[in-house]
Amino acid sequence: MPTKISSEDKNIAKVSPQLAVSLFTQMLEVRRFEERAGQIYGLGEIGGFCHLYVGQEAVVVGVKSAMQKQDSMITGYREHGHMLVCGIDPKKIMAELTGRASGTSKGKGGSMHMFAPEKEFYGGHGIVGAQVPIGTGVALKHKYENTNGVCVTFFGDGAANQGQVYEAFNIAALWKLPVLYIIENNRYGMGTSVQRAAAGTTQDGHRLWARGRAYGIGGKEVDGMDVIAVREAVVEALQHCRKKGPFIIEMETYRYRGHSMSDPAKYRTKEEVQGMREKHDAIEKMRAKLLKQNWASEKQLKAIELSVREKMKAAADFALAQPLPDQEQLFTDVYANELSHTSAANQTTNSLAS
Amino acid sequence: MVAQTIAQGEVQSQSQEQSQEQSQEQGQRLAARSTQTVREAIRDAMAEEMRRDEKVFLMGEEVANYQGAYKVSLGLLEEFGEKRVRDTPISEAGFCGIGVGAALAGLRPIVEFMTFNFAMQAIDHIVNSAAKTHYMSGGALKCPIVFRGPNSVAARVAAQHSQCYASWFAHCPGLKVIAPYSAQDAKALLKAAIRDDNPVVFLEHELLYGQEFSLAENSSEEGDEEGGEGDGELLPIGKAAIAKTGNDATIVAFSRMVGLALQAAEQLEKQGISCEVIDLRTLRPLDSNSLVKSLRKTNRMLVVEEGWGFAAIASEVSAQMNEKAFDWLDAPVMRLSAQDVPLPYAANLEANALPNIEKICSSVKTLCNKK
Repeated sequence: MPTKISSEDKNIAKVSPQLAVSLFTQMLEVRRFEERAGQIYGLGEIGGFCHLYVGQEAVVVGVKSAMQKQDSMITGYREHGHMLVCGIDPKKIMAELTGRASGTSKGKGGSMHMFAPEKEFYGGHGIVGAQVPIGTGVALKHKYENTNGVCVTFFGDGAANQGQVYEAFNIAALWKLPVLYIIENNRYGMGTSVQRAAAGTTQDGHRLWARGRAYGIGGKEVDGMDVIAVREAVVEALQHCRKKGPFIIEMETYRYRGHSMSDPAKYRTKEEVQGMREKHDAIEKMRAKLLKQNWASEKQLKAIELSVREKMKAAADFALAQPLPDQEQLFTDVYANELSHTSAANQTTNSLAS
Repeated sequence: MVAQTIAQGEVQSQSQEQSQEQSQEQGQRLAARSTQTVREAIRDAMAEEMRRDEKVFLMGEEVANYQGAYKVSLGLLEEFGEKRVRDTPISEAGFCGIGVGAALAGLRPIVEFMTFNFAMQAIDHIVNSAAKTHYMSGGALKCPIVFRGPNSVAARVAAQHSQCYASWFAHCPGLKVIAPYSAQDAKALLKAAIRDDNPVVFLEHELLYGQEFSLAENSSEEGDEEGGEGDGELLPIGKAAIAKTGNDATIVAFSRMVGLALQAAEQLEKQGISCEVIDLRTLRPLDSNSLVKSLRKTNRMLVVEEGWGFAAIASEVSAQMNEKAFDWLDAPVMRLSAQDVPLPYAANLEANALPNIEKICSSVKTLCNKK
């Protein structure tokens, strides 16, 4: 993996030097953010589940760079990187991860539940596969209101075995909804490899995207460790979605860290992980390209590295200095247009306590 | 699809006599009529809200071409077209999630479940996706969606098609849950539900669809006068109604059980027991103020529920009365629920498994220490 010979040399010509540097910078931002999040988790400042995106950066950066302003994005619980590329301030994301009042969900959502509708980002969903019908519903809105937008709906190889994914495929195809499904195949659904979870994929050439064929939905696999290949494929796919309806792209990618912070990842060898990091890392490959093409100097790249590190350190410092939510926040946002919600039972408990 | 077959049989004569051409004239005919069925009330509520707001649309199994498995959406496809009246395949998890996504993105879907038994395929999207997202997003996203369809028992359709899910949904913060009895309430509350910015579970009843209710008189008075918002054609969500006033005991019910409670109260009246009947109408938020008010007058309360008694709406009412009105209770709050068994098919067993007028009367007598 990647099974195909990378077409980077061909693709690099299609992006401007500025764009190439920008893609590199964004991938680096996601990685440094995640590394910082991992550190803070180790300090006990991030609780619960925390799923890092390290290794998969080229997917979300490449996809987002191909999207237009009216397009929407939705994904599952491994969404820190998606929030970042949608333009959300890393300070606010880190504040959410640490459960602070100034987090994107006021500290009430956490790592898995972040949303930014003002940036057309619809979450951040904790139930594996649930975002697939939801994203298809966002696509219905685009079609219903003729926005010319597409909802780019991400899910993993694990979610690809959920029944509701195929219910959504069926309806998306029947209704010709503008939805681009991105399967982030990082080879393991938690600790279970694709081959052990998805029937048919052990056969040569059988891919997860091909399951869409049953519904007449076209698809392809793309080297998800090559940001430019990702971008090119998505530009083309989005054109298809805007005119004709759903399409599937299966991104061959890899996560370097465990499924979540509590996963030591003993279901795969160190050599496998090491091999991916050394030979296929999207950021390192891009760095080499930038130098080779003379699109950036060592000095410039070093400056980018420093500034990204500084930005993510500032995000972490900001978050940790922020206050926790006020207790009143417990009862807000339960219902829309209701200032504060108090259930009858709680009223009694509170009155007894006071 | 047992329910579908039954429903077809039940409404066949009606659907045949009401051809599509006729349905257009229906509004005029209704204006001249003094009664309306619950089925018509629900259809009218949807039609009126769809005329009012382009973002409102209906989706579900058989809602368009077939005009609704129970003919609730009769005429809607003709008036609003395929864009706004959308037939879905039989994939509850899929289309329910799509409805939620459309709502999060700003549309106002009405998702019809052919029956709420089938909503179990999709309950994850109702509870995890619809009810929680406003909170989890710190208020950034709203989910204005209505999940509606027949709930609870029908007639002889056995266990998998005969269950009351009221307490399942009422359990969840973030959801509003409505279970109306009369046609007027069904219409006014459904319109309110469609305009509400929160996910609303709207529990209908197959056995009430064909029931006629008087349009002329307002059969029930507001339980709690405060907070009566709305523009005359809407009812505020969260307000119970006093379906009948009385002094000796309060019978609390919702949906079809209100009808049985009223009939039982009539019989009891002749035997010298004056019952107040409260129609909850909304189950979440629960109008406990109206319940307390009634209890302060009657000092005795029976809660009748068509669903199972364990962890039920009646349990919640009982607990709240215990907490809020203990000093006014002359007897423990009493519950009359379905028997704690899956609903059997055999006619005699089915009848015995559910509350009926006789059981309500005998429960009230026990409650009032009268033989």
